[in-house]
Formats: sequence, C-alpha cells, structure tokens
Amino acid sequence: MTHHSPHIPDVEGDRLEVLYEDKKPPYEDAEAVAEANRCLYCVDAPCIKACPTAIDIPTFIRKIGTGNVKGAARTILTQNLLGKSCGQVCPVEVLCAGACVYNDWNRDPIKIGRLQRYAVEKALAEDPQLFKPKAPTGKRVALVGAGPASIAAAGWLALEGHEVAIYERKLLPGGLNTLGIAPYKMKVEEALTEITWVLSLGNVELYQGVEIVPVSGSPEEVSVATLLQQYDAVFLGLGLGPDSRLKIPGEDGGGVVGATHLIERLKADPTLRFKGVDRAIVIGGGNTAVDVAHELALLGIDATMVYRGGDHELSAYEHELASGRVDGMKVLCERSPVAVLRDNMGKVTGVRVIRTEDKKPVPGTEEDLMADLVVVAVGQSRATEVARSFPGVELDTRGRVLVDPKTHRTGNPKVWCAGDCVNGGKEVVNAVAEAKIAVTSMHAFLMGTEMGVEKGVGA
Amino acid sequence: MADLSIDFAGIKSPNPFWLASAPPTNTGDQVMRAFDAGWGGAVWKTLGNPIVNVSSRFGGIDYGNTRMMGLNNIELITDRPLEVNLREIREVKRRYPNHAVITSLMVETKEEWKEIIQRAEEAGSDGHELNFGCPHGMCERGMGSAVSSEPKVLREIARWAVEFATKPVIVKLSPNVTDIVEPGEAVLESGAHGISLINTIKSIMGIDLDRMVPLPRVGEASTNGGYCGPAVKPVALHMVGELTRHPYVAKLPISGIGGISNWRDAAEFIALGCTSVQVCTAVMHYGYRIVEDMIEGLNDFLDSKGMKSILELRGRAAQQYKNWGDLDLGYRVVADISVDKCIGCQLCYTACMDGAHQCIHLPGRTEEQARKAGHTHIPKLIPDRAVTAKGAMPGARVPFVDEEECIGCNLCQLVCPVSGCITMKEVSSDKPHETWNDRVQRGADFVPGGLHATEIERAKRNG
Ligand SMILES: Cc1cc2nc3c(=O)[nH]c(=O)nc-3n(C[C@H](O)[C@H](O)[C@H](O)COP(=O)(O)OP(=O)(O)OC[C@H]3O[C@@H](n4cnc5c(N)ncnc54)[C@H](O)[C@@H]3O)c2cc1C
Ligand SMILES: Cc1cc2nc3c(=O)[nH]c(=O)nc-3n(C[C@H](O)[C@H](O)[C@H](O)COP(=O)(O)O)c2cc1C
Ligand code: SF4
Ligand code: SF4
Ligand code: SF4
Repeated sequence: MTHHSPHIPDVEGDRLEVLYEDKKPPYEDAEAVAEANRCLYCVDAPCIKACPTAIDIPTFIRKIGTGNVKGAARTILTQNLLGKSCGQVCPVEVLCAGACVYNDWNRDPIKIGRLQRYAVEKALAEDPQLFKPKAPTGKRVALVGAGPASIAAAGWLALEGHEVAIYERKLLPGGLNTLGIAPYKMKVEEALTEITWVLSLGNVELYQGVEIVPVSGSPEEVSVATLLQQYDAVFLGLGLGPDSRLKIPGEDGGGVVGATHLIERLKADPTLRFKGVDRAIVIGGGNTAVDVAHELALLGIDATMVYRGGDHELSAYEHELASGRVDGMKVLCERSPVAVLRDNMGKVTGVRVIRTEDKKPVPGTEEDLMADLVVVAVGQSRATEVARSFPGVELDTRGRVLVDPKTHRTGNPKVWCAGDCVNGGKEVVNAVAEAKIAVTSMHAFLMGTEMGVEKGVGA
Repeated sequence: MADLSIDFAGIKSPNPFWLASAPPTNTGDQVMRAFDAGWGGAVWKTLGNPIVNVSSRFGGIDYGNTRMMGLNNIELITDRPLEVNLREIREVKRRYPNHAVITSLMVETKEEWKEIIQRAEEAGSDGHELNFGCPHGMCERGMGSAVSSEPKVLREIARWAVEFATKPVIVKLSPNVTDIVEPGEAVLESGAHGISLINTIKSIMGIDLDRMVPLPRVGEASTNGGYCGPAVKPVALHMVGELTRHPYVAKLPISGIGGISNWRDAAEFIALGCTSVQVCTAVMHYGYRIVEDMIEGLNDFLDSKGMKSILELRGRAAQQYKNWGDLDLGYRVVADISVDKCIGCQLCYTACMDGAHQCIHLPGRTEEQARKAGHTHIPKLIPDRAVTAKGAMPGARVPFVDEEECIGCNLCQLVCPVSGCITMKEVSSDKPHETWNDRVQRGADFVPGGLHATEIERAKRNG
C-alpha cells in the first residue's frame, strides 16, 4: 500500500497543459479592489441563492473592498472549502454571476469567480492557518475516491476533529478537478496546491494508487469489508467511470479516444503529442465535447464537434460554445456517426456520418468527414458497482447511488455518498455542496447528536 | 485573537463598536437586532421632550458612481414618548446585560436634566451622552450645537449632569465651532467623564434648480441640516486629533464619530486616541451587518501587528499629529510610476501639468512639442516605455516623472485610478533635518523674493 500523507508529488515534464493561458487570469490587487467596489452589497442577494454552496458573496466582496482579504477568504471557505477551485472552474455565467442584479440593468455582472479566487489565493498565501481543527474525537472516517466531493468532506471532517483516510485509485488526487478541468481554467498544480492545503487542516491521510474493491486481491486494493470494519463511517465520492463508447464499426484501435481520457493525458501525461493530427472530430454536444474541441482548437488543430441534435438542443453552455467558437472550434449539428473510417494501414481517416431529423437518421444522407483523430464525448459510464458491496446501499436504474437528499446518507447507516456518483455528473460546486450536507449528517452520527443535524458543519 | 473589549470611563463593552445616537438606535427592537449582529454598544436616539419631525428629512451627495458619500438630515431628537423609550431600554439591558446602552439626552432646564438623568438610570442606562451637537432645529431653541459653541453654558450644564448622575457622563460635541479645543477644555473642567465627537456639520445639500428650493425639500422650502457620512471623516479625525494630543483633555476617554464605515476607519480613530467609535451613516446605508467585517478586520489587524488588545493600538498615532512648524523641511519624496501597473490613462500627466509642477512628461515628443505643451524644464532623456499591463493596447505609453522637478505633492498618486501604481518614494535631499520652528529659533525664517516692505522690516529688526 503506497502511503502519501500529506505529500503530493509535483507534476513534471513537458505536458501540453502548460501551453494554455488562463482565460480568466488572477487579479492584481488594484483590479480586485476596483471590481469589489462595484458590487452593490445587495441584501437577500440573488447571487447567494444561485450558488449551490450559498457563499455569502456580498459579504466576501465587501471585505475585499475594505482590505480584509483574510476575512473574505474565511467567508468563502466556511461555506465552500474548495472556494479557490470553484472561483476558477465554476460556470459562473449560469450560477452566481448569471443571477447578479447588474444583469437586470443590462450591465456587466460582478466577476464573482475571479474575486473569489483572488481572495482565497491571497489569504492562504499569506496565512494558510486560517482555521484550526477541533480537539480529536477519536472517530475514524474512510473516504473512497479523492475527487472534490471527498476532498471537501475530508477537510470539514478533519476540522471537526475526526481522523480521516482517503483512498484514491489513481496516483494523483483530485478526481476530475485535477485531471478533467480545461487547462485554460485551472492547471493540475493549482488543484494539487489546494488539496495540499485541505490535507493540512487536520488529521488526514491520503492513500494514492489504492482502489476500494468488493473483494481485495492485491496490495493495491482494500476491500469494502475492511473499510466497514476499520472505520466508524464511510464516505463514497466515486465520481463517474470511463468514457462511454459509440459502438460503431471502426471504433476499436488507435486514433479513437475517449474525451476524459484524452483530457487527462493532455493535463498530466508528458508523452502526449498530436503528431500528424491536423483535423479532429469530436462526437457529442455536451460540455465535455465543447471542452475537448476547444482545447484541440487552441493547439491549432481543426476541431469540429459533431452532434446529432439541432443547434438549440446542444446541452453545452452557451458561453462555452461561444468562447470555443471564438477560438476556432466548429460545430456541426444534425449528424450522427455511422462508422469510423480507416485506411488499409488501419489509420483513422475520418468519420462517416448520417444526417438526422429529430435526432433520427435520414436514410441515404451519409457523408464522409475527414479527420486524423476522433474523440468520443458522449458521456461517462458509472463507477458505482463497488457501492453495491456495501450492504444496504442501492443504485437507481441509471446507476446512481441512492441517498436521502436531506442527509446524503445511503441505505447503509454507516455510509454517506455525494458528488457525480449521486447526481449523475454536475459541477465541482455541486459535489462540494452535497459533501457539506453529508458531513453535517455524518458528524452528528459520529458525535451521537443526530438531532442536531440542522446545525450545519462549517469552520 | 486580540482582546477587543473596552472600558470607557467605566462603561464596559465587548468591543469598541457602538451605534451612534440616530435612527439605527431608535427602538429597542433595532438595538437588539444590532447587538445580535455584533455591535458592542448603542447610544440611544436622543431622549428629551418629544418633538415633531418634517418630511422629507435626508439629503445625500453622490460622487461619480458612489452613492451617499455624504448624508445630511434635518431630523430632530426622538419623536417617541419618553416612557416607551425607557421601557425598551430596560428590556434591552435585561436581555443584553453585557452590552453598553448609553442614553443620549437633550433637555433645557436644570430640573429637566435632573429628571431625565434619573429616569434613564432607573431604566438601566450604563451612561449618558449629552447631545450638545445637533446643528439644526434644536439649536434654534438654545439646545444642541448652541451649547457646544458656548463653553460656559456647556460647562454649567455638564456640571449639572455630573451632579445628578451616578453613571458616567459623556459630552457629545458639535464640529460647528471655530476651535474644538475650547468646548473640549470646558468638558474637562465640568468633571464629565468622556467626550464623543463629532456630531453633524451644518450643510445645505444642493439646490432643486426647477423649484429653486435647497435640498432636502420640505414643501416649498428647506433648512440647513447636519452633514455626516464618509465625506466627513477627515473633519472628524482632525477634531479628535486636536483633543487626543491635548495635554489634559486627552486624559478623558474619547468616542470617535464621523464617517466610520469599516474596520480600517475604526482602527484609524483608535490609533489617533479613541477608546470607542460610533457609526451612523454606514449602518443607515448598509445595515447592522457591516459590523462583522469591522470586528474581524480589526482583530486580524491587531494580530498582524502583534498587538494583544485595543489598548496597544490606542493613541499610537496621536503624538505624530504636529503643527506645520514642526515638520521636517529636509524630507523629500518623488512620484514613482510602476511600469507594470500603469494603464496609460495620462490622468497623472494632466493633473501635474495643470495642477502641480509640470514635471510629468508624455514620451515620444520632441523638445519643441514638449515646450509647446507647457514644459519649461526638459529632462535629457524621456524613456519611451510601452504600457505592459495585461490587455494593454499597442501604442499606450507610460508617462515619465522628471524627478529633479517633482516637488512630491502626491497629486498624481491621488488621481491615478490604479491603486498602488504611483507610489511616493523617499529620496535623500541635500537638506538637513530642520523644521520651520528651528529656523525661527536661529533667525533664518525669511525667504527672499517677497514684498519690499517685509524686507525692509526684516533688515531693521536684524539691526
Ligand atoms: C471534461 C470535464 C470538464 C469539466 N469541467 C468542469 C468545470 O469547468 N467546472 C466544474 O465545476 N465542473 C467541471 N466538470 C465536472 C466536475 O469535474 C465534476 O462534477 C467533479 O469533479 C465531481 O467530483 P466527484 O468528487 O464527485 O468525482 P470525481 O472528480 O470524478 O472524483 C472521483 C474520484 O474517485 C476515484 N475513485 C472512484 N472509484 C474508486 C474506488 N473504487 N477506489 C478508489 N478511488 C476511486 C476516482 O479515481 C476519482 O479520482 C468537468 C467534468 C469533465 C468530465
Ligand atoms: C438621520 C440622523 C439623525 C441623527 N440624530 C441624532 C440624534 O438624535 N442625536 C445625536 O446625538 N446625533 C444624531 N445624529 C448624528 C450621529 O449620531 C453622528 O454623530 C453623525 O451622523 C456622524 O456619524 P456618521 O458619519 O457615522 O454618520 C444623527 C445623524 C443622522 C444622519
Ligand atoms: S447580485 Fe451582484 S451586485 Fe448584488 S451582491 Fe451579488 S455580486 Fe454584488
Ligand atoms: S426608506 Fe423607508 S421610510 Fe424612508 S422613504 Fe423609503 S420607504 Fe419610506
Ligand atoms: S494616472 Fe496612473 S495609470 Fe494613468 S497614466 Fe498616470 S501612472 Fe499610468
């Protein structure tokens, strides 16, 4: 069993990720203060209501304005321990900033995400010891997966004085927040820096390269039974599984790759190069598809999203589509892939698509699109099989772990669950918000004060 | 965590943040909500014989996008029956025994003072604040600011209060006087236990140019009101400074009031010697909630300076407030523009050209163009530096400060929109440390180049 705690390895090598510039670069002091002073300090503010973690946005922004940046960070992190990541990766256009009263006035909304990032980065750089953990409770909690759900939960549990162990099957912690976020939003090191800080909040162990499995067969595996036996409570933050497949002829073999797999390599694998790739086709109409196409376009590759529905049916955010288009990404709607085309050496040459109407193929409308790379972004499978091995834990028909939404407790009274594996795949901020609910309930259980559930956990 | 608690002439408060006597302390319900939000004390809306108010009552002044930089009001003291106020004070003290509740009082005759002080104490008041500051309405009736400007009257009334009260007596002063030290000394002589200042400044907020009536308008007329809010902070600091550097008056605890809106403002008043601070306008604008930042910000500030309590901050800046004649004539600063931060707006250039000493230059001009623009001194080299701030447009240029000519007035730094872009850097001057008063001492307080009459006078005096 590899045991890293709380040391996190540096990411080295010539990773393609480093080529990308921040779309929303960090604020300088003067910029932050000028933007903060624009905020109206609204009461009953719509931006708070639009934040899944209910950060008191007007208060933290006012504190930036008064020079109380440390206080601003406290206000943010008390509600959202991953406030720095969220400041960088949240789709603020459809969350807080989308609700800002300035929109009602046809003026630019407050740049809440950038202010949030500024406050947390600056405050933690000056004094990482913003919070002190409570006295040890003697209770032990295991967290499965080291994605945002588990990391946030681990931090809050540690601040409450519990002994926390995180098991992550990958070598790098952070889940998709480390390995899936578009590199022009946040880079691997930034995610890892935040995790290092969370791990320093209290008694937290991180085991990397250790998978939790129904029945353990190797030293890199720990069984469900062992967890249940050794810990007072278990938190499942499993996220989603590998990329789904198209199941069309020609898909197997080089030149066809799953979207999240490709992004992970782009961010963390120094050996990845796009030699000989001039054109890429990305199959899908969601945010992952836009991200991949956008990332490829920024590398100078002619990238086209191919989607079987109409323009208005694209599930990707409008602001992401617009931003990708500005950077040269193309979108082709009402086309469905039929086969991946390869030459006699087996090299990918393109995709045969068929026109669609109402997402249904129109016979006789096939056409061939040229490409050197095909990226499949049609969703991710589930990683929840292991959850079934916890007695009492159930999945719904779509493979999501069933929980009581008020507590995020599963059918097993010792097991809580949150994040993508419960909600089917939302944002980092939703994972954190759900983790907070779970930790509140779990803490009450551990302390034997379950009536006090409403009180809420926070630093 | 620093200790924020204070003892103001015996009035204990969990922190130095008090609500000033004004609409935010109108009712018991409000004061209790304020205490819940974190305020340490409240000076109740001035009690006296109930009055009648007008409508409208307030006027504000905006500056650019900033709303209510200053506020004015023509409101009088409480318009609620005394009995109701006293009942609520009793209730607040019962529920919040550790918070400070101070009764602001304003009546006329000695008998009235005696009665109102006794009734306020029976209700549980922790101390009294004598309102000698209200500059409108009440002063026309011989009360409020009319008292501050008559030191003798002030001393007399304050003596009555001290005689009748068993609790500390604070005198609230008006800024509408020529020299605040006079009423300050009168308070000291009266035996009162503390001073609070400032109350509001006489003001007219503007003119309604359609109706030709000053603002705020009451029907077809207006009257002068009391000005307060962020705009008056410098006036308040000055008056506080006059008292906290006074050798005797400074012995009294002082409650600073005027334009305080955040922890930094509060820290400044405390550094100048205040024991507590009071807030009105900022709460009227944003609500009781602002106190969270004030408590947290002050706490973090004290921690960052290694100070364990408010006591260690109090008065730290008071003795550095000096007369002009005591300033070092040898000290010199010059403007320094940060090339990384400048956005190329050239506001500093125009401010220096038309409002200072013509020593900021636009790069890329010939000497002839520079002379035509109004420069008389042309530096040998004007570096042509491009603006490098993120998102800079090609062609944008960073202006250049001719340090030889810069007199260190601060103007460019004050107009620069990018905070931290222009700093004033210390440079060594060839002059020794010397004050004007030093020069007077050694008879060198004459600068040639003035009136003939003065020159002749001098020559005669120096024999
Ligand atoms: C391409 C892409 C881009 C995205 N961009 C954004 C964005 O810009 N902004 C945003 O807010 N959200 C974005 N998201 C969504 C966001 O990343 C997820 O919602 C979030 O990471 C979910 O957190 P989680 O903790 O639930 O799961 P994950 O982040 O998936 O983490 C789960 C972790 O658990 C581990 N694990 C699973 N099973 C086991 C096991 N049995 N044993 C040990 N470890 C296990 C996994 O290896 C993984 O590290 C994006 C997602 C994708 C795919
Ligand atoms: C609407 C209004 C009513 C006020 N009423 C009183 C009062 O009854 N008694 C008093 O002593 N001061 C009164 N004041 C003055 C305030 O207590 C305070 O001294 C002044 O507003 C300066 O503080 P600020 O800049 O924080 O507002 C009033 C101020 C305002 C704006
Ligand atoms: S809605 Fe906009 S202006 Fe109002 S508090 Fe939120 S960010 Fe500030
Ligand atoms: S603030 Fe309230 S009391 Fe004053 S005018 Fe507006 S609605 Fe009326
Ligand atoms: S005012 Fe400031 S930002 Fe504008 S040109 Fe001068 S130094 Fe640059």
